[in-house]
Amino acid sequence: MSKVIKLHKGLDIHLVGAAERVLTKCAAASSYAVVPDHYRGVTPKMLVKVGDKVKAGSPLFFSKEHPEVLFSSPVSGEVTAVNRGEKRKILSVVVTPDGANESERFETGPIGELTRDGVRETLLRAGFWPMLIQRPFGVIADTAATPKAIFVSGLDTAPLAPDLSFLVQDQGDYIIAGLEVLKKLTDGKVHLTVGTDTTAGVLSRIKQAEVHHIEGPHPAGNVGVQIAQIDPIGKGDVVWTVELQHVVMIGRLFLTGAVDMSKVVALTGSEVTKPHYFKVVSGALIGSVTEGNLRANTEEDLKGVRVITGNPLTGIKVALDEVEGYLGFYHNQITVLPEGDKYEFLGWAMPRFKKFSVSHSYFSWLCPKKRYNLDTNMNGGRRAFVQTGIYDKVMPMNIYPLYLIKAVMAGDIDRMENLGIYEVIEEDVALCEFIDPSKNEWQATLGRGIEQMIKELN
Amino acid sequence: MKGLRNYLNKIKPKFEVGGKYGRFASTFEAFESFLYTPNTVTKQGAHIRDAMDLKRTMTVVIVALLPALLFGMFNVGYQHNNVALGLTDTTVMQNFWFGFLKVLPIIVVAYVVGLGIEFIFAEIRHEEVNEGFLVSGLLIPMVMPVDCPLWIVAVATAFAVIVGKEMFGGTGMNIFNPALLARAFIFFAYPTAISGNEVWVAGLKGAANSGMHTHLVDGYSGATPLGDAAAALSSGTVQSADAIQWSMGTTPIDWFYGLIPGSIGETSTLAILIGAFVLIWTGVGSWRIMLSTVVGGLVMGGIFNLVGANVMMTIPAWYHLIIGGFAFGTVFMATDPVTAAQTNRGKWIYGFLIGVLCVLTRVLNPGYPEGMMLAILFMNAMVPLIDYYVVQGNVKRRLKRAKANA
Repeated sequence: MSKVIKLHKGLDIHLVGAAERVLTKCAAASSYAVVPDHYRGVTPKMLVKVGDKVKAGSPLFFSKEHPEVLFSSPVSGEVTAVNRGEKRKILSVVVTPDGANESERFETGPIGELTRDGVRETLLRAGFWPMLIQRPFGVIADTAATPKAIFVSGLDTAPLAPDLSFLVQDQGDYIIAGLEVLKKLTDGKVHLTVGTDTTAGVLSRIKQAEVHHIEGPHPAGNVGVQIAQIDPIGKGDVVWTVELQHVVMIGRLFLTGAVDMSKVVALTGSEVTKPHYFKVVSGALIGSVTEGNLRANTEEDLKGVRVITGNPLTGIKVALDEVEGYLGFYHNQITVLPEGDKYEFLGWAMPRFKKFSVSHSYFSWLCPKKRYNLDTNMNGGRRAFVQTGIYDKVMPMNIYPLYLIKAVMAGDIDRMENLGIYEVIEEDVALCEFIDPSKNEWQATLGRGIEQMIKELN
Repeated sequence: MKGLRNYLNKIKPKFEVGGKYGRFASTFEAFESFLYTPNTVTKQGAHIRDAMDLKRTMTVVIVALLPALLFGMFNVGYQHNNVALGLTDTTVMQNFWFGFLKVLPIIVVAYVVGLGIEFIFAEIRHEEVNEGFLVSGLLIPMVMPVDCPLWIVAVATAFAVIVGKEMFGGTGMNIFNPALLARAFIFFAYPTAISGNEVWVAGLKGAANSGMHTHLVDGYSGATPLGDAAAALSSGTVQSADAIQWSMGTTPIDWFYGLIPGSIGETSTLAILIGAFVLIWTGVGSWRIMLSTVVGGLVMGGIFNLVGANVMMTIPAWYHLIIGGFAFGTVFMATDPVTAAQTNRGKWIYGFLIGVLCVLTRVLNPGYPEGMMLAILFMNAMVPLIDYYVVQGNVKRRLKRAKANA
């Protein structure tokens, strides 16, 4: 085993409702959708209209900013809705499956003989290009760029996170093929970082990438943290990151010639009766997955829960409807938590044994293994930054998080660049947001900073 | 409890913007969120949040201050009854009660004036009321001499809150520690109220008029150990620390316990240490700052011991830690996260220099024996500079890496 990267900074948040290692094949969802807001900086331009028949892999819309980047239907069926919000902004493009499982066809052949241009073209045509995420800024990869390296994280350490090696347990061949394909896209290396406990699973057999082992609390599984440890991003550098399950899909595309966006997600959280894993297709209606699996049954009860696509730290809140209630493109997890819209008498002075805190003014330090049932309450009012030194403890990167976020608030481009905004995206400061006693919105703030940087650099 | 919540829910709309009492929205919010932690939920990003908030943070600091405050109240009575008047039959409770009645008005004045201003500013800015003053309002009385006139306390508090805090944008934005600013204000504007030997014990000032002098113990001056040392220096006849005549024959162990005259909360190093433990254990106060301040004080004191050119320089370095405001300043003033250095490396530098400057001022400036206040305020002003260079180190590393890659 190669040298193990050991992280000491960070924080594991133990919650009730982690998924049991049981896999259920979910019946086909009643609809699937591509949601433009799941990608950064994409203004969709429609290629289909309601009523059109599509196959899996048929393009639904393209990005106005990068017209060559297509977004395709995950299943075959009929386009049944293009949901629009304010100013006619497209919220989601909904496809109702026809059960035929037809797919657009792509050429297959020995992966070794593929060229960079060939790979690029196939990925673009199949609508797989958005799987390639570019750092800095976490945008969809620039089709003209050649990254200095590609990073894949083989573990997820977020609260209630699925076990990634379980998600891809029988996909070994596809992962290998996918990594080989990715190698064509870079002159540098393809890095795969796995945990130290994945000695048995499929990930331990991978030889097709530069394999690293990492150990430590969250955010050890964040690809940004891994990049910072392995080959940090500097000004002018471009690296790409790919979700592990997307590597599988890419491998499958090149081995079978068909678009098959099926993946495994974990349904987690304290409001789920039996948290476990489901086999679904990308973009599935969340309501179809959660149906019959939640403690809340009636409309009234459902108001008391929050459904999140993604994990509790970085996920997106969704309503269980057919407009926005779809599985996020990059998400391997659906989380259902209790809403915290309750008052608590003199809460700030109470012992609060059921609350979790990194501060020793609560008692959670007494039982580090205890699992908490946390709700979505803010646990305080918004204030100016007061505490210092606590944020560094959950940030295993060579960055001063408080200074970076203040530079973003001030809109100071030079400071942001100097303080390392190229190295982080929202998920990397999620723990700072979690522990912040001043209850500032770190991720949204950083998001604004990234938007500003993108604008300035263009 | 239900009834109270229902009542609040009922009157809440009146206090919202556009309601009958919309002007008092911030005030209502402050009282409501004091009674009930609010029901606001996260919207995005981190859907779950740590249970810690600023209300709890400030509560921890207040808890940490309580031992020193309670001891201070007792000591006010003890100094007045047992030391100055030589009474021997007062009980601990009698002394405490005497001190309580002396100190309580100062606390009330500081809170009423300070919170009043905070509420007004919050309403003007349409912001929630910050909890910061809950601590400042307790710190201000604790660094006052017990005989400080209440109107001076009020003026100083107003100065500290308006000029020290609100002018910069409120809690979290200020450069100087508000409580120390209040003290500094009095020190320069009304020096007789906060220096000299007579102000530290209740009732000494103006005692000649009230006839109290006739009851005083023979030779009683009310001087603090720091005052004794400074007096020895200016007399020019005492050559070494051993020869200093400490008032009322107190010894270092008395100084440690705090049975000496001084500002209300600063005398007992023991009580302050309990507070330090609370702050460090909960992570609210920075142990780096506390430790480095103590080290700084010891190093500077040690250097002076080696030089030994006058009586002040011969005072053992560790005496400095337990006399005057050193301990109180180290634990409760220097660690204020808003005005202290924000980087860990910066905290070491900041604390160390506070210790050094404090002892430096005490020893080399006999006209003003208490150096802690000015040392901290001076270092507050230096914080941006310290942090700038620490953060710049990080920036340089990043630029170097970018260059190496290019």
